[in-house]
Amino acid sequence: MRHPIIKQLSFVALCSFSIFSFADSIIVQSTTSTKNSGLYDYILPKVSTDIGIKVNVVAVGTGQAIKNAQRCDGDVLLVHAKPSEERFVAQGFGIERFDLMYNDFVIIGPSDDPALIKGSNDVSEALKKIAVAEAIFTSRGDDSGTHKAEVRLWKDSTIDPTKASGQWYRETGSGMGATLNIAVGMNAYALTDRATWTKFGNKGDFQIHVEGDQKLFNQYGVILVNPENCPNVNAAAGQKLIDWLLSKTGQDAIASYQVNGNQLFYPNAR
Amino acid sequence: MHSFPKMKKNIFMLIEAFSEAFGLILSADADLYEILWLSIQVSLTALLISIALGLPIGTTLAIANFPGKTICITVINSLMGMPPVVIGLLVYLALSRSGPFGVFGLLYTPTAMVIAQMLLITPIIAALTYQVMEDLHKEYRDLFFSLSIPLDKAVAAYLWDARYSLITAVLAGFGRAISEVGAVMIVGGNIDHLTRVMTTAIALETSKGELSVALGLGIVLLVLALVVNGLVTTVRTRARHYGYA
Repeated sequence: MRHPIIKQLSFVALCSFSIFSFADSIIVQSTTSTKNSGLYDYILPKVSTDIGIKVNVVAVGTGQAIKNAQRCDGDVLLVHAKPSEERFVAQGFGIERFDLMYNDFVIIGPSDDPALIKGSNDVSEALKKIAVAEAIFTSRGDDSGTHKAEVRLWKDSTIDPTKASGQWYRETGSGMGATLNIAVGMNAYALTDRATWTKFGNKGDFQIHVEGDQKLFNQYGVILVNPENCPNVNAAAGQKLIDWLLSKTGQDAIASYQVNGNQLFYPNAR
Repeated sequence: MHSFPKMKKNIFMLIEAFSEAFGLILSADADLYEILWLSIQVSLTALLISIALGLPIGTTLAIANFPGKTICITVINSLMGMPPVVIGLLVYLALSRSGPFGVFGLLYTPTAMVIAQMLLITPIIAALTYQVMEDLHKEYRDLFFSLSIPLDKAVAAYLWDARYSLITAVLAGFGRAISEVGAVMIVGGNIDHLTRVMTTAIALETSKGELSVALGLGIVLLVLALVVNGLVTTVRTRARHYGYA
């Protein structure tokens, strides 16, 4: 410890941590798709110039994001599981839920398509075929928004895939990207939001097999964490961010984000 | 049957990924340096605190006699195998706004990451220090006692004598800190320009399917480890050289 270089280094290290404290910054507890698709990288610089707020995004699954927000570890919640979001507000953890934007889920799979579902726009029928063929299907299995949607879709198709858990139905317990990597590695089908899939870089020979069903609609919502419940919440800055996202400027910014010429999110705030 | 050409193709893809990774390193931008620098800052700070705690703990365990000493040693040895993700979870629960230390607002800051890594590597440094110091103490205790050398002088002599082994212990701690991902992911949140470090960036790129980028970051991390170890080895050899001159 008496060595001057070590002393200096530790001083530099400790000092540089304090520089973040004075900016008006907030924490957004978020689903992963909005981050992995690059949306935040695209709109957050605009947020910073327009309203001068530094937005720190913690991207975890929707289920975990809601839990974290309930523990007051965030100012704004941006996720995609409407029933859970409404419960979050009803229980007093959030102020009000706003529709922000939507896109859709798709079922992706290997190009040789062992369950013969390619081109289908009936998701229940496609899931039944996967179950009958016992083709490998990778599920998030992590209580995320996409996982909740998937569970609902299986229910609609009157199949309980968890009976085959560990056989053809494989719950990865991981994020969307990790699950897609596993699906590609195991030649398996998976349900994913279109945004993550479009931006995903390890597609192999995989493609979208099922799309266009009404049931595959994927709504994103945004909620300010209730400052009465969590006094640490930066409600003013959080509200400013939400107002910006719901404003014409914000909605246009979301609509103008494209990857390879494809629009990934469709704004629908009212 | 036709697996051989496929394997050949796959090996080619791996080589391609490596060359892409090296290309990315050569075109390294400010973001990469920021992430790398934060990794070094966090792990180095955690390491310095862990040395400040681990050396005295290990030395005390080696030299002092007190009831429950064996239990202490067993606990510290077991803590060496603590999974980072469990440390991360504990630190998260402690620093969460609804946790006991929530008022400090430390969650999702580099400080939280330092705390997690510090808890992770202090047992390693303490346990390895204990091992080294105990061996020396066994060897010299009677001699020093017969010469009426006071304990503080004896400890100083042990530390000096064991300096190379202790450097190895410190390197083990640094290696563990800079390479772990489970704890910093939970308590740091992998926030861009705030708490993103090398390992969480690798995890993020992997989850985006950008495997070449992830591999490139991995190579950078490996090079960093090589540089640190190379520096230490140089210092050691030079110190030895002068020591015996």
